[in-house]
Amino acid sequence: ASGAYPKRVKVVEVGPRDGLQNEKNLVPTPVKINLINMLSETGLQVIEATSFVSPKWVPQMADHTEVLQGIKKSPGISYPVLTPNLRGFQAAVAAGAKEVSIFGAASELFTQKNINCSIEESLERFEEVMRAAKEASIPVRGYVSCVLGCPYEGKISAAKVAEVSKKMYSMGCYEISLGDTIGVGTPGSMREMLAAVMKEVPVGALAVHCHDTYGQALANILVALQMGVSVVDASVAGLGGCPYAQGASGNVATEDLVYMLNGLGIHTGVDLQKLMDTGTFICNALSRKTNSKVSQASCRL
Amino acid sequence: QEPQASGLPEYIKIVEVGPRDGLQNEKVIVPTDIKIELINQLSKTGLPAIEVTSFVSSKWVPQMADHKEVMRGIKRHPGVQYPVLTPNLQGFHSAIAAGATEVSVFGAASESFSKMNINCSIEESIERFEEVTKSARNMNIPVRGYVSCALGCPYEGNVVPDKVAEVSKRLYSMGCYEISLGDTIGVGTPGSMKKMLEAVMKEIPLSALAVHCHDTYGQALANILTAVQMGVAVVDSSVAGLGGCPYAKGATGNVATEDVIYMLNGLGINTGVNLCAVMEAGNFICTALNKRTNSKVAQASFSTATIN
Repeated sequence: ASGAYPKRVKVVEVGPRDGLQNEKNLVPTPVKINLINMLSETGLQVIEATSFVSPKWVPQMADHTEVLQGIKKSPGISYPVLTPNLRGFQAAVAAGAKEVSIFGAASELFTQKNINCSIEESLERFEEVMRAAKEASIPVRGYVSCVLGCPYEGKISAAKVAEVSKKMYSMGCYEISLGDTIGVGTPGSMREMLAAVMKEVPVGALAVHCHDTYGQALANILVALQMGVSVVDASVAGLGGCPYAQGASGNVATEDLVYMLNGLGIHTGVDLQKLMDTGTFICNALSRKTNSKVSQASCRL
Repeated sequence: QEPQASGLPEYIKIVEVGPRDGLQNEKVIVPTDIKIELINQLSKTGLPAIEVTSFVSSKWVPQMADHKEVMRGIKRHPGVQYPVLTPNLQGFHSAIAAGATEVSVFGAASESFSKMNINCSIEESIERFEEVTKSARNMNIPVRGYVSCALGCPYEGNVVPDKVAEVSKRLYSMGCYEISLGDTIGVGTPGSMKKMLEAVMKEIPLSALAVHCHDTYGQALANILTAVQMGVAVVDSSVAGLGGCPYAKGATGNVATEDVIYMLNGLGINTGVNLCAVMEAGNFICTALNKRTNSKVAQASFSTATIN
């Protein structure tokens, strides 16, 4: 049954990183910087700026230092960056990063295929980052991939998600973002997974990162909100396809999320019109249509 | 998952509106034999109700001009309902003559919408429908009632929940066995869906309610989930998400049946519908229409299959 909703939700904008990283077309550095600057004007409080990963693996993020140094950082807005290891962390801090993110997974096979080691080993690698971050007083956000299903393993047990989340939280991550990486989750599996995770991590430290590959994202987010989650990741214009299903969509569109939250009377602080304008800008730059249905519709209300 | 334990309905009836609402709102007009084949394919999926066509003047709705041929040409499966739209008594008689065994009438919760759509007030439209329901009752033909603009109107903007409740009550009292509440322009959200249903549920028993959500703003599944959590157990949808929004050029309209079933399956709710079979029917009609499916489930499944 639908219980009470949170009064406020923090929207974490992942378009410039997760979005652009998974787009076919590359955008030049000035366009990335302008995108982030426009997003900074919308009321969003958290904008994931880039990823300090080797350009050999992720060429779309090769300009990470220029982007982080080039953006106009608004006070009160956080610009976290991905740091897959200690070297990336150090480069990020040198470039001015004040918050970083690390990535775990609830699937052994996914971890193996993605970064060539086990979940246990990947978390050991991150211990170094956690230690350095603690010393530098830099907050660390933890992501858990494949929380509702894995492209290789298929079904993922809620207990495994809870176990990995607990580890990352105990290591010192202030927030754990639970990612439905291939978008296969439904309100049923979302509820089951969250119930397990909430036994190990306080709900105030949880976020959901839903992909819309099967059209389930907003319904899944709704259930998460009903269970007390108040941090939701999204990507402007729904940037970022799914690398595991060619041509299929990936991230949920921030515009569509904000539209829903507005309708629920939940405060986000985000100006939907400015957000849509930003989406229009980046879609033009990418020569692509928006994935946001709110943007596509032109009904007046 | 145990839907009963979670307070959700155990079974949800899916009303497939693709052949009527879907095709009526597609740019390309589909030949009669394709329509018949689509309906025949849908009849094999387990769908309990398939809206076949509309007995409206071909002057107004050319896409449905072949209503008689379609009605007579389909292969009806036992246990499946094949309702047709009948805007007035003339359409009703024509539908019965062609073999229809269930009909639908369309009201609206907005005066402006009613005037712009069918050139009369809500009250006048209700009077017209009363003629239909009276005749239908005499012939033991069930009538389904639709209420358009339940969560917003392209002309009036905001629609008051009490107005939706009032129109629904009128349709129910005149004999409609089920009232399908339509978010015609897809502007609704879980917030407005809840408020509207609360108002309507004061006047109509839950078991007589259905939701007909459009996905124009991407809110359909979240809205349907909200309705289902409140106990609504009948959901309208359109295979492949056929049927754009006539009020927002290029925007989507009906929610895709495949995506609804995927969600309900995940919730452990029984629909009796075979998702793969629906995807095949969706593939068939999209090929015939030379368009991409609007169903994300179909898109993802097809993509993953080609990669593997």
